[in-house]
This record gives sequence, structure tokens and C-alpha cells, in this order.
Amino acid sequence: MTPVTSGAAPAAWEDLVTAALLGTDRRRPPVRARDGDPAAGLLDAAAAHTLRRRAGMRPAPAAPLPHRAAPDDRPPLPPAAVHRLAMLLADRPGTGSGGRRGSAPDLLELLPQWLRTANAQGYAAPPHLLPALLDAARARTDLRRQVLTFAGPRALWLARLNPDWKFALRAAPGGGALLPSPEDGARVRRLWEEGLFAERVALLAMVRRHDPAAARDLLATTWSTERAEDRLMFLDSLRTGLRADDEPFLEQALADRSRNVRAVAAELLSALPGSALAARMADRAAACLSLERTDGEPTIAVEAPHACDAAMERDGITPKPPAGRGERSWWLGQLMEAAPLAAWVGRFGGRSPEEIVALPVADEWAGELHAAWCRAAVRQVDAAWARALLGTPAAPGTGGPGGASLAERAKLLSVLAAEERAAWVAGFIEAHGLSEAFQLLGGCPAPWEERLGRSVVDALNIARDAGGYPWSFSGVMGLAERCLDPSAGGRLEGLAAVPDDAENASPGAGAYWAEAFQRLLSTLRLRAAMHAELTAPGEPMR
Amino acid sequence: MTEQGVRWTADQVLALAPDAASRKAGSKLGTAGPWSEAGSAGGSVWGLCKGSGSRPYQTIVDVAGSEGPAYKCSCPSRKFPCKHALGLLLLWAGEDGSVAPSEAPAWAGEWLDGRRRRAAERQAPAPEEAGADAADPAARRRAESRARKRAERITAGTAELDQRLSDLLRGGLAGLEQAGYGVWEETAARMVDAQAPGLAARVRELGSVAASGPGWPMRLLEECALLHLLDQGWLNRQALPPDLAAAVRTHVGLPSAAQEPPERDTWLVLAQYDTVDSRLTTRRIWLYGTASGRSALVLSYGTAGRAPGLALPVGLAFDAELSGRPGSGQLRAELGERFGAPSPSTARPAGTGTEQAAAEYGTALRADPWLESWPVALGPVIPVPLPDRSGWQLADADGGGALPVTPAVAASPGLWRLVALSGGAPVTVFGECGHRGFTPLAAWPQGPGETVALC
Repeated sequence: MTPVTSGAAPAAWEDLVTAALLGTDRRRPPVRARDGDPAAGLLDAAAAHTLRRRAGMRPAPAAPLPHRAAPDDRPPLPPAAVHRLAMLLADRPGTGSGGRRGSAPDLLELLPQWLRTANAQGYAAPPHLLPALLDAARARTDLRRQVLTFAGPRALWLARLNPDWKFALRAAPGGGALLPSPEDGARVRRLWEEGLFAERVALLAMVRRHDPAAARDLLATTWSTERAEDRLMFLDSLRTGLRADDEPFLEQALADRSRNVRAVAAELLSALPGSALAARMADRAAACLSLERTDGEPTIAVEAPHACDAAMERDGITPKPPAGRGERSWWLGQLMEAAPLAAWVGRFGGRSPEEIVALPVADEWAGELHAAWCRAAVRQVDAAWARALLGTPAAPGTGGPGGASLAERAKLLSVLAAEERAAWVAGFIEAHGLSEAFQLLGGCPAPWEERLGRSVVDALNIARDAGGYPWSFSGVMGLAERCLDPSAGGRLEGLAAVPDDAENASPGAGAYWAEAFQRLLSTLRLRAAMHAELTAPGEPMR
Repeated sequence: MTEQGVRWTADQVLALAPDAASRKAGSKLGTAGPWSEAGSAGGSVWGLCKGSGSRPYQTIVDVAGSEGPAYKCSCPSRKFPCKHALGLLLLWAGEDGSVAPSEAPAWAGEWLDGRRRRAAERQAPAPEEAGADAADPAARRRAESRARKRAERITAGTAELDQRLSDLLRGGLAGLEQAGYGVWEETAARMVDAQAPGLAARVRELGSVAASGPGWPMRLLEECALLHLLDQGWLNRQALPPDLAAAVRTHVGLPSAAQEPPERDTWLVLAQYDTVDSRLTTRRIWLYGTASGRSALVLSYGTAGRAPGLALPVGLAFDAELSGRPGSGQLRAELGERFGAPSPSTARPAGTGTEQAAAEYGTALRADPWLESWPVALGPVIPVPLPDRSGWQLADADGGGALPVTPAVAASPGLWRLVALSGGAPVTVFGECGHRGFTPLAAWPQGPGETVALC
């Protein structure tokens, strides 16, 4: 090769770049020409420069090192579970062509369950999967709580470096990493006085869970100086652990400047059956209902209030009805909702809630009255009344006179204990099939109890035999995939086979049903495997 | 060959997928649901997968194939491997007993036997074949004449290219930022005519350098100068030392003349990634010899839209012969005979400091001035964010020097995996160290832990 820039001091790189930009015809480069051609000389010199620079590359001084992430003392995830998590996270929306679901499980839907189990076992997240976990939680807010609990302190460390994951800093689970211990009075006090709104809400909620009275006292220290919107949020956090000694504070809030604060205070007081407000409501409500005998049969006669006076308004009754509703029925509904349900037993001659609900109601007030009682049962968390208003699951018809609507039933069910709720829904499905069961099933805890699971599988089987396509039941199918106990899989084996199309069935439905059952079955197997990987006693790593 | 306990992990299986959609589709099929008659024996796996049609697909994977895993599936997909093969491997990796050791059924056995037979034939070439060219003077003369003709065309091409570069600098580079790729396309086509595909690719690359944003005149001058150096290297190749001459031949685009004797080792797969242009998908696979400590690069190509044939799972190691190719600092290698399926390994390359890494790249440039980067395992190092989110560094754990992370990968998911793995603590990172910075490809925590793929 021709020796370049021999002897002479190497030309400055900047001069070479300038000459190259302008052209050697216009700007003579400070190099020796090759064969009389300054352009070739420029290229020779530039090549030598480039190589000298590349070969002479040296490390730069390091920028300040980052702080280390706080250590995570939880035990590491078993290897099989690490790989399972990687697979669940690989199934991200938008990575496929979409379309029909086929017989393969919907992996991302299983992530919440996986996270719950992993958190219950107290495992630490594998660090290299944290970015994928945070991305998943970024896209789906419903995952955030579980993801952040699982991801641990290193996720917060990462979130400070990547603005995409800022949400993790806002929504630290239970505030664990950021909030002081509820025992630490001085630090709690300081954060309450100096913290940002979101921090204060989280702090108040945490203290309330720990010691309800302390939280109320904390709130009382600054109550008069808070803004109305903030007062509303803080007052709402008293809903947790509401108890009789909250009454004086709430009574005082009934005189608040803000109408919304007054309304919440009244609602909370009415949920305390022993409160003075509840007693006042009971008196007002008692004046509206009376037991009369028409044709020898006991009947509830209704006399709706004629006016909404200042005292009623102070107790949280909204005087102006929404458009299309009569004033008097509007006031009656609110009174009944706020009056303690327990009082009615004495008022109606010692009758049980069932008997009271069964009483005929005069002048077509029944719908109004029962709907208000449903709201009252939910507000006062009164299981006996909820049971009475729900009626037997096999009772026909919903929404008619005396029968609660589907939405009301879902709310009433939430008052009952989990077991009783599942049994009631199972009975409902056995009697009415699946067409209206989705909302009710959504409120049942997973995994479903044995009888509930059986009733759903049987009902799906009946739906298939009745003709029609599985996608009419896709909501229930999706719930079943997530909630059915994996041990119920045995019942499905036979259903997953492709039958010959029956004469009255929709064309091709048999194959689609088999596919849907296969997906259900393989999802259950997958869930069983997931569970086993997370709960099996530790195996040594291969 | 494949025993229980050397099954792969799901990550390693998914790394074989040709694209994201296949990953997703494959992971959905990795459960027992759609599969029947699944079994495995002697490094092969098979099963019947229920699809949308009435007949299930017959899927077979030869995991221990001597040229990497091989796949056969009766589905019509043109993806390779198809989602059924991926699903089957995942099922096999899942170890839940769905894939039991058993005898291969006829439909699988036939194909597997055929493969093994052909592989055996290739490994024992007919003795006379090797000496055929030497024995037949006429054939040798014909080959020599072909090579001479090609060299002449390349010489004409390089002379022309060098002239064009000089013309370009005489007029100035200033107008080229807006000129687009068309200016270079014609010159590149001339280099293809001259049978110098390496020059053609470099010329095409100049178009993207000119459009690469602030600082482009400097980068364009660098690349033009190196191309000029390559032209001059070719024209004066007789005067060069053999290593440098081999590098020139490789970069111009001539196939390597000779292969070095095969080297047997247990090779750890460090990284596998594809680069795609409109004509070709190039797959680069970095291997690390666990006994020799040597790094080797195996390339595999696929025509547009098809994944390259060779796929190796990152983090596993396999016993095989590798033949180096002269030129480019001896990194390029061809995979020869393989003696067993890839299996988990705890081996990992030892890390060096940043000073040493930069020096290794500099030394390598002496043998091959056109080298973009050099494979290095850095460690212990800590990923460090630069102020104002302007990029990342890998800094020696003792806080001495630091290499910048290549700007192109500074916001990639792989980099965040590296940062998460580190958590501010030292890690070992394998990657390509070059003049643009360090491109991380795989990493390991300080304690025990599997290889984390970063690409």
C-alpha cells in the first residue's frame, strides 16, 4: 500500500472534512496529492485518520454510577416458573394476527392468576423479566397492583430510569416502599402535613386499615383547612372500617359547606344502624309505612313524604328529583335506603325479613320499596335482608314486581359470604341456564367451588345440545377458563371430542364447541401446571 | 443422545421463532390440548397437532441434527420453523409428561432415518472426490482461468470505483445529504457487474450514511476513505501480508479460498440475531468455545421473507467441530459435524475491563482495517445512564473507564433487560465492541444464573 502522510505532520481532521464537503477543486486539502490528484490524496489521509482514531479508541471516564437497587430478600422463583412467566409475557396483545381464538389458551389472561399465586408464595421476580412485566402493567392498569408487589424494589429503581414506567412510582403497592410505618406517629404526622395529595390519600388509607380511630383523629387535625374536593376524598376513606365511634366526626361533617361532603357523611352515618341519623331516618321512614288489613290480608300501605324539610335535607336527602321522577317517590326511596332495616322487624310485628318482603304492598309501591330496600341492604351490609330480597335462586323471572333485577341481585350477592354466594349462583344456573349468569358469576371468587363449577359445565353442555354456537357464551367460557377449578378438567374430557353434527344443530357448531371445550381443557391443564410450578417444594436446579 | 434433563427452556425454544407472530402462535400451541401421540427418542420429538382441518398435522423436530435443529411439518405454513414445531418443542421443554420417551411412529421414523443416513453420507465423503480437481489437470486449469477472469473484472471494478470516489471529493460531498440513495444504486450495480458483492454492499451503505443526520459529513468521509483503502488494497494485494490480503479478499466479496482444520469444542451459544435488507436476511450467531475461550461467528442466510436455516438456542452449549475462515481476524467459521444436541451449560466467558476491550478492537483493526467491531466479554461492568437520558455507558465496576453503548440500541428492550439484570450491581456482558460503541448481546449476573439474551 502507498505510505500516507509520511513525514509531514498529519493534517487536522477538521480541515479534511471541510475540504471533502466543499470539494478539492474549491478547497485544496493540506495533504500530499497522489499521482497529482489531490482528491485521492485526501482519501489517503482520511483513511489513515479514520483508522488511527478507531484503533486508538480509549474508554471514557465513567459517569457517576447509579445507586444500587434495594435488595430483594424473597426467595428466587423456581426455574420452571421463570420459564412459564416468560411464556405468559411473550403472549402480548398485538403480536399476533388476531382473529378466531382457536383451541389454544389465552395466556395473557392467566397472568393475573399467576401473579396472585406467586405473590402468595412470596417469591422474588427474576430481574431480567422486570421490563416485560412493567410493560404489561403499563398497558393494563388492572395488573399493576399485583405486578408491582411481585416486581419488588428493583421495579421502583427501574421506574426512576425509564419514564415509560413512571406509573410504578405513583402507585407503589400499599405505598410499602414510600410510606412510614403506621406506628411511627411523628413521621405519619409529618407526611400528613407536608405530603402530596396522593401520598396523603395512601397514608390515610393505610392508617385507617391499621387503626381506624387514629386515622380519624389524623384527619380531624387538618379538616377545617382542607379543600372541598380533598375533604370529599378523605371522608370517603373512612368507609373502610366504619364504626360507631366515627359518629361525632360524621355528624359534624353533616354541617359541611360542601354539599357533596354532606351527602357522603349522611351516607356513612346511615350505614351505622345505631347512629342518631339512622334513628331520625327510622322515625321518618316509619311514618311512611304501615301495616293494614285489606280483605283480611296484611298489606303494607305506603304514604310517601309530602315535603322535604330542612332537617331532612341536612340528613342527606336530595330534595330535587332527577328528570322524570316524582318528588314524593324520590324522597321515599332515599328515606327507605337510609333507614335501618333492622327496625322494620319490630315495626311489622316481629316478622322476619323474608315475611316482610313477601307482604303485598298497596298502590303499586312494591317496586319502589323493594328497590330501596335492596340499596339499603347493600349499604348496611345486611346479609339477612340481602338473602330475603334475593329470594330462592330457582324463583322465576327477574325484574318483575317483587323480584330483584339482575344488577340488584349481583349487588345483593356481594353482601353474602363467598360460599353462600357461590351456592346461590349455582342454584340460579341450574334453574335458568347461563344466558343471564355472566354478571353473577363475575362476583364469585375463583377458583369456583365444586358445585358452581359443575353447574356451569353442565349448563354449557346443555347449551351445546340445544344447538347454537359457542360464541354466544364466550363471556362465560372466558370466565370458566380463568375460574374453574383445574380438578374439574375430568368432566370436560368427553366434551372436547368432535361429535357428528346433530340434525337440528347449527352447521359446524359441533366442531366449534369441541374447539371451545379443548381450549377450556388446555387452559385448565395449564393453570394446574402453573400452580404446581409455583407451589411444589423446591427442587434443586438442573 | 438427548437424555431427560437436557431439555431446553421455553426461552431457548422461542428464540428459534422466525418472527414475533410465530412466537405467539407457537407459545399457544405449547400445551397438551391440541397434541396427540407426542413422543421423543434419541434427540428427536414428534407429535400430531390438531389444526382447523380434519387431519391433524404431523410435526417432527430433529433436535440433535448435525446442522442444528431440523423441522418437518405437514402444515402449509411457509414460516420456518412453523408454529407447530415451536409448540411441540415447548411441550417437550415443559416436562409435564406430555411428551413421553417412546418408539417413533412410521411417519416420523422414515423422515428421521433419511436425515441421519444423509448426514452420515456427508460426513464420510467419497475418497476420490477430494482429489478429483487435483487429479484432473484440465478441470484445474478451467477453475484457475475462471478465478483469473473474475479477478480481472474486480480489478476493473475497483479502479472504476476509486475513480468515482475521487470525482466525488473533487466536486464536494455537500450536496449528498439530500441526494438520496439513487446516486449510489448505479455505482453499486456496477460493482455487482464486476462480481464484487462486498464492494456493492459498502457502496449501498454510503447512501444511508449520507442520510444519517448530524455529523454525517464526517462519517461519510470515513466510509469513503475506507472504501478507497479497500480499492487500493485490492489493487496492491500482492504486496500485502497474507492476513491482510485475506481480509481484502473477504471484504471485496470473494469466497474464502481455504478452510482451516476443524476445531472441536463445546460451544456455548452467546447470541443470535438477524439483520434484514430488501434482498437478504443475515443471521449472525456468536459462539464461545468453553475449552478454548475462543469466540466464533457463524453466519446463515435466508432470502427475503424467509428465516435463515440455521437456528441455535442462546444459552445452551453443544459439542461440535468448527472450521475457521481466513480473513476478518479469523472470527468467521463454518459449523461442521455436531456430536449431540445442545444442552444447558454453566460455562460463561470471563470478562475483561473496558481498557482491554478497546485495545483488542484496536489490535484486530491491524489485521483487518475494515472491521466494524470485535467480540468482547466485558466484566465486571455496571450499566450507567448518562445525564439527560442521552444514552448509556458500561463502566468498569471499580469506576475507572467506561465504553458508550451503541446509540442505536440505547433504548431497546434488550438494554432494559441488561439494566434490570444489573440493578446497579456489576454484571458480565458479551457484545460487539466497535467504533460506534459497545452493542450488548448477552449478559450474566455476578452470582449463578442463566445466560440472559439481550438481542
